[in-house]
Amino acid sequence: MLKKLKEKFVEIDGDLRLEERSNEIYGVTAVFETPDAVIEAAKKVADSGYEKWDVNTPFPIHGMDDAMKLKPTKLGYATFTFGTIGALSALAMIAYMSGFDYKNIIGGKPFFALPPSIPITFELTILLAALFTIIFTLVVFNKLPKMNHPLMDTDYMRRVSSEAFGIFISAEDKKFNPDEVIGMLKSLGSSSVNLVYKFATDEDKIKTPIFKPAFLGILAGTAVLTAVLTYIILNYAIYTVPFDWMTNQPKLNPQKMSTLFADGFGMRTPVEGTVARGFKPYESYGKPDSLIRIISNPMPFTKEVFELGKKKYDTYCSPCHGNYGKADSRLNGQFPNPPTLHSDKIRNWKDANIYHVIVNGQNIMPSYAKQINENERWAIVHYIRALQRSQNALDSDIPVDGNKK
Amino acid sequence: MKKLPGKFGTIAALLLVAGVVLIALGFFADKQRAFFNYIIMYSFIVSIAVGSLGIVALEYMTDAQWSTPFRRISEFLSFGIPFLLLLAIPIVFGIHDLYHWSHKEAVEADPILQGKAPYLNEGFFIIRLFAMIVLWLIFYILIIRNSEKQDETKEYKLLTRNVKISIGFAPVLMISLTITAIDLIMSLEPHWFSTIFGVYYFAGSAVAALSAMVFLSVSLKENGYLASELTDKQFHSMSTLLFGMNVFWAYIAFSQFLLIWYADIPEETFWLQHRIHGSWGVVSLALLFIHFVIPFLILLPGRMKENRLTLKTMAIWLLFAHFLDLYWLVMPNLNKESAFFSWNEIGSLLFIAGFFMLVFKFKADRTNLTPIGDPKLEQAVGLHLHPDISID
Ligand code: HEC
Repeated sequence: MLKKLKEKFVEIDGDLRLEERSNEIYGVTAVFETPDAVIEAAKKVADSGYEKWDVNTPFPIHGMDDAMKLKPTKLGYATFTFGTIGALSALAMIAYMSGFDYKNIIGGKPFFALPPSIPITFELTILLAALFTIIFTLVVFNKLPKMNHPLMDTDYMRRVSSEAFGIFISAEDKKFNPDEVIGMLKSLGSSSVNLVYKFATDEDKIKTPIFKPAFLGILAGTAVLTAVLTYIILNYAIYTVPFDWMTNQPKLNPQKMSTLFADGFGMRTPVEGTVARGFKPYESYGKPDSLIRIISNPMPFTKEVFELGKKKYDTYCSPCHGNYGKADSRLNGQFPNPPTLHSDKIRNWKDANIYHVIVNGQNIMPSYAKQINENERWAIVHYIRALQRSQNALDSDIPVDGNKK
Repeated sequence: MKKLPGKFGTIAALLLVAGVVLIALGFFADKQRAFFNYIIMYSFIVSIAVGSLGIVALEYMTDAQWSTPFRRISEFLSFGIPFLLLLAIPIVFGIHDLYHWSHKEAVEADPILQGKAPYLNEGFFIIRLFAMIVLWLIFYILIIRNSEKQDETKEYKLLTRNVKISIGFAPVLMISLTITAIDLIMSLEPHWFSTIFGVYYFAGSAVAALSAMVFLSVSLKENGYLASELTDKQFHSMSTLLFGMNVFWAYIAFSQFLLIWYADIPEETFWLQHRIHGSWGVVSLALLFIHFVIPFLILLPGRMKENRLTLKTMAIWLLFAHFLDLYWLVMPNLNKESAFFSWNEIGSLLFIAGFFMLVFKFKADRTNLTPIGDPKLEQAVGLHLHPDISID
């Protein structure tokens, strides 16, 4: 294995190198021993008018920007832009998700409100500002994806990335003259000045190792392993002692016994003698139709009331009576068919009679007194009236100027 | 070393006297209101004096070098600490005007106050009030004495000793400021509580103390009192710290708000209710913009952090913002209906300015404005701002 690996390297100056170099000069490197020395040298290089050069140090050195005569960085603008995009997209995302797409009442708060959105906005601002600044700089300035760089794999890079400080002057610089540059860097006190050559193979032609089968295999293997582990953990591990502390905790489960209270019930019954709002005891409860006290519908004819009525009707009544009260629901045939609500009988009923059926039930139709409160019951009655009217419209319901339209 | 002009001391004395006169008049006009103003003033002075000592300790703890040339400024401001012993006395006489829990009849009729009585009672309150000052004073003497001694002896040992003392001071500072905030400000409304309140006051104090340091550093530098080698880079670091602390304040302020808003429990929300409705709502909104939004936007660009004029303006601005913050914390407890501001409130502003100018002048006349004996100074001045590394 090791021998095989060794074959891939080229031996240069008794050192193992990855790629073979050509005779073409890429630039000159110089190593300095202290931060002060490299700052002084950088000042001189900048003064001599070189443009394509750089300083490599193992850590940032304060004052280097000034020494190299660099203009103040414009990176801040990019970060600011990405941060702003992050903030705005976070707000838009939350506004859409909780305000439109998936409205959920949480703690009686508005669907979309600013306060709870701020932490997410804050996180996304930071995330996008940081992440995209880095990705952006890596791609744009480091010209990624790039597989190799002539400065890599040199003694110079090895030293300046750990304990020394270096200056590199590129051969592409207009003023570049190898002898002159070497002379200058030596006179600036560099401890070792070296020529760097370009790669023998064209840089662009180096094959991307991303597509090597070994790499792809490892990638796929990792993906499969992660998936399998996740599957096992989420489906088995968290239900197994001792990892089941989240699954088995003292809590209420619907339709299950509960250990929380002595009587084994999870839900509590209301305190004796109390009446919940909107659920006043119904005076005609259990009485036959003929004995019902006829009261008129107290709910106003407003859009909100009809919408409430429709909502409750769709939820509680439509499964049996059908969306339009025509007794043609999806349960048809699986349950004794209820009568249509458009019969003359019901149309001539008083509102109070329908109300009575909702509270009381009728024969095999159960009572809905517990699920639907007083206002909602009356709203349903309004809605049923509207349904009936829609099937038996009068001439006068047609707008007078209806034909003109 | 250049001395501060005598005119500086005269102006300071005039401000102080004017402040004292206005405060005294305030006591004749409306005693209760004057006491509430006094609490604002006292908390503000604690913010700057103790906060400055905190900044000094922070430099020692983190082994920061860039701030060493400015450290004396914070050291001088922390000389306000000994005077707190005097300044705290009026509060003792104002307990009944300030604190509802100090009335026996009120406590007897109120089970909640009875529950809090073991902590909120006059005797223990006064003990805590002075115990905190004594704690600060001890650390003030320990840290500043070493720092000043180093000017002559130039001993390295004093630096390491101060690092250790500062590390000891850090928890003391946090706990003592929390106690101060709870006692002086939060207990004005004894039914209300917020566990983040101490941090909130601490964050505001840090902003105020840093602002004072930034303002003085820039002014002193412009008038040639500080080393000429100091560059924009140091001021950049300084204003970045100020900027960061201000964001921290906003973060804490928002955390407090969000939790109360979300839980929506009446025993917590009423405190915010007073501050959201009517003219207090305007003050709350103003606080949001003055303390956070505007300084945030102005100080965000890197270039603004080096602009001396912006720095000075924003430092004064943020000092005012901290005053507004304390006003917003304290005053709605006096009058829940509507905000108010007139000459009664100005006295404390003048006093604070005069007080700290005098304190600063007194120390500056006797001590070096630059800690010349500190070994970190050499690296701090000029370009040599790289971390120490040993090549071997
Ligand atoms: C479980 C199915 C079911 C549901 C749900 C249901 N009903 Fe009924 N409903 C029936 C049946 C079955 C009858 C016929 C009962 C009988 O034999 O008298 C009936 C009868 C009625 C009648 C009397 C019709 C007549 O001609 O006598 C009215 C009015 C009525 N339902 C209204 C409602 C309303 C309003 C709701 C919603 C709150 C509702 N029902 C929900 C099954 C249902």
